[in-house]
Amino acid sequence: MGTISLKNVRKVFGDHVIIPGADLDIKNGEFVVFVGPSGCGKSTLLRMIAGLEDLTSGAIAIDGKDVSQAAPSERGLAMVFQSYALYPHMSVRNNIAFGLKMAGVPKAEIDSKVAKAAATLNLTDYLDRKPRQLSGGQRQRVAIGRAIVRQPQAFLFDEPLSNLDAALRVNMRVFIMQLHKDLSATMIYVTHDQVEAMTMADRIVVLNKGVIEQVGSPLELYNNPDSLFVAGFIGSPKMNFVTGSEAAKQKAHTIGIRPEHIDIVEGKGTWNGKIALAEHLGADSFLHVDADGAGRLVVRAPGEFRGKEGGAIALKPDMSRLHRFDDMGGVIR
Amino acid sequence: MATQQSRTLGRIAVAPSVIALFLWMIVPLAMTIWFSLLRYNLLDPNPFCSILSPGQLFDEANRCLAGTTNYYYFLTDPAFFKAMTNSLLIVGSVLLISVVGGTLFALLLDQAIIGRNIVRLMVIAPFFVMPTVAALVWQNMLMDPIIGFISWITKSLGMGAVDWFTYYPKTAVVIIVAWQWLPFATLILLTALQSFDEEQKEAAQMDGTPPLSFFWYMILPHLARPITVVVLIETIFLLNVFAEIYVTGTGGRAGNLPYLVYQYGLLANDIGGASAGGIVAVVLANIVAFFLMRMIGKNLEG
Amino acid sequence: MARAVSSRRKWTFTILAWALAFLIFFPILWTILTSFKTEGDAAAIPPKFLFFDWTFENYGIVQERSNYFKFAMNSVILALGSTFFALIIAIPSAWGMAFSPGKRTKDLLMWMLSTKMMPPVGALIPIYLIFRDFGLLDTRGGLIAVLMLLNLPIIIWMLYTYFKEIPAEILEASRMDGASVWKELVYVLTPMAIPGIASTILLNVILAWNEAFWTLALTTKDAAPLPQFIASYSSPEGLFWAKLSAASTMAIAPILVLGWFAQKQLVRGLTFGAVK
Repeated sequence: MGTISLKNVRKVFGDHVIIPGADLDIKNGEFVVFVGPSGCGKSTLLRMIAGLEDLTSGAIAIDGKDVSQAAPSERGLAMVFQSYALYPHMSVRNNIAFGLKMAGVPKAEIDSKVAKAAATLNLTDYLDRKPRQLSGGQRQRVAIGRAIVRQPQAFLFDEPLSNLDAALRVNMRVFIMQLHKDLSATMIYVTHDQVEAMTMADRIVVLNKGVIEQVGSPLELYNNPDSLFVAGFIGSPKMNFVTGSEAAKQKAHTIGIRPEHIDIVEGKGTWNGKIALAEHLGADSFLHVDADGAGRLVVRAPGEFRGKEGGAIALKPDMSRLHRFDDMGGVIR
Repeated sequence: MATQQSRTLGRIAVAPSVIALFLWMIVPLAMTIWFSLLRYNLLDPNPFCSILSPGQLFDEANRCLAGTTNYYYFLTDPAFFKAMTNSLLIVGSVLLISVVGGTLFALLLDQAIIGRNIVRLMVIAPFFVMPTVAALVWQNMLMDPIIGFISWITKSLGMGAVDWFTYYPKTAVVIIVAWQWLPFATLILLTALQSFDEEQKEAAQMDGTPPLSFFWYMILPHLARPITVVVLIETIFLLNVFAEIYVTGTGGRAGNLPYLVYQYGLLANDIGGASAGGIVAVVLANIVAFFLMRMIGKNLEG
Repeated sequence: MARAVSSRRKWTFTILAWALAFLIFFPILWTILTSFKTEGDAAAIPPKFLFFDWTFENYGIVQERSNYFKFAMNSVILALGSTFFALIIAIPSAWGMAFSPGKRTKDLLMWMLSTKMMPPVGALIPIYLIFRDFGLLDTRGGLIAVLMLLNLPIIIWMLYTYFKEIPAEILEASRMDGASVWKELVYVLTPMAIPGIASTILLNVILAWNEAFWTLALTTKDAAPLPQFIASYSSPEGLFWAKLSAASTMAIAPILVLGWFAQKQLVRGLTFGAVK
């Protein structure tokens, strides 16, 4: 139930290669996040799985059955769109029921399924409203309701939270994770936000310019990025990169070290410099340091750091956490 | 981007309208071209040239190949030159009146005036009046030299009455047609003006821009595109003005190209000649359309 | 945010606007007034504005003499019939162009617009002869076909601009929900586009109602709509102004009312979506 596999899936539009060839196996019940900057092909890949875009070549199988040529409706998938794509002329009830109605499910069964979904999603009081009478978060839940009533093989989410404000986004993130636990269904989730990817995914697929850069669990990607791109994309604040002589000392073209893996030391450190800016978040502070030889570095200081902007500071990286990259951006292990 | 299947369905869905419009355009055009090359008069049967007829349809007895004779006669008919100038006169003067007048009206109606909605309703009303009604009302009740309303005013002012349709038939037709199209231009330009950014207006006020410069540098560029559209749409309709001439009986002196073709065909039953005239009208319209489409294309892209 | 307007300026503009509007509207107002006069009052010099013997008899006489309702009925049938058939082929067409556009879609739309530029006289003779030889002259069916083709480009353009505003994701959602193309059109696209379709209908009814060239050329009496009815007043009966006015008022009133409601949509439709 709900395995999805992509075999050398290609998408070419005119002379424009969007996906040069992707391979991926998604296990049943897995929560997979496609992440990457905008224009990296993650949404296209999702839409190809949905059947809303053609494959130029390659094959997609769901549950071992080849669906490369099948229409969206024949694939047994449900999708939650970025704009929610609710039917504006239908009530919430009819929005949720539409898919079942199209499938010819008997009326009584539709009613009970809709009622159940609405209860799960706290929408029971809103069933007779039109989408325009709902708040952003409620619309989002209707979109999810429309997906869950059909009990699909897998759920596809296309940047579902990007239209919500920050506070709501955190709530919905937790809500979707809980939903995944309860339904234990396969979910593919597209986002450009690495925080969403890290917090939600069983496995993250990082895409860059249509190419799958790396697939792995959040911590695998955090600890062992395969490339400069993944290293820079995963983690917040971004990993520091240093090139030139400091990198050459480590026999690399570029070295990378995360802000949280640099210690502030007394006296003289590996890198010495001045604090240019300090961001105080309460639990910790991020210092932007102009270090001699290494350039601008961001360093995490736990708690309330007392140092002044413009003051001198000495830094020492945790060498076991240092990442080295060659001139092609690949990792040197 | 979409799937091949949805693209194919899209093509199939578009097909019926494309086919219908293509036939609607090409079949009459081809027939008109064919007829224009024939000696073909419904009232003047010529028994010696029925050999050419392909079937029983369309009065096979009355026609034989005439080559370019019809074109020769049509183009050298003094009536043709007159009709041409009348066509251009009607299009040109109505365009001028409606664009200039429409812009001024639109600017006026865009001001904070009392009862603006009612004023707007009154101004645009003539556009909805069917051409035959407009023609009859103007001809009889307003422009009649003896008991028409306008002659009453001019006589009360001591200027004497004007017999419009006898002495100034072209002016009369232009007035009637302009009365119908000025509201159209006003409506379009007013709608466009109302989409003018209020903050830009306020910024210009802060800068102390004088009204005339404001109009010239801000409003007019904003209206460039709607004005182009007005010119295009009106030209299409104005080249084909017919009812106003037909109903007022001014065809003899104010008749335009469509009226002349109608005269040739349905009044004189000279199908060949009328067809030649129709083709001439098509060619002329295409020349105008070519320039208009380029202008519009430029304006609509940006 | 309202601008501060001096009240003097406001009054100047108000008076000017009302005066000009009255001038433009006067022919219509005069026609309506005259339709309630006796023939004697209608031709009176100086003209009588409001103080005359108001009468409704002209309406009765016009109906009796030239059978207004027959012409009006024809107008209604022609306007609604041509609109209905045009919509049937225009909706799928606009759907195809709006949601699966190809490289040529823009050209296709421009070409459709260009068919409107073809002067009717270029097609008049063949259409007239075809109509005559197939017995279509003075039939409603024939005229419905002509009116439909005449306004089809405008209808398609208008629907296209409305459909363009519907997010493609909603149609995709219905596809994910398992709707077939037909169900997508019927349950999702059409209901969402109802306001747009309604305005399109309104505009097309107005255009068809007022179309004079083809109706004058192709009808005589059985299928003749209101433009022909009015044209029949042009010569001998033209002298009876009160009756002419009554006939004119009856011919323009329905469309005047529709037109007032449809102003906004009209702008959009007639400018092919370029001005909203």
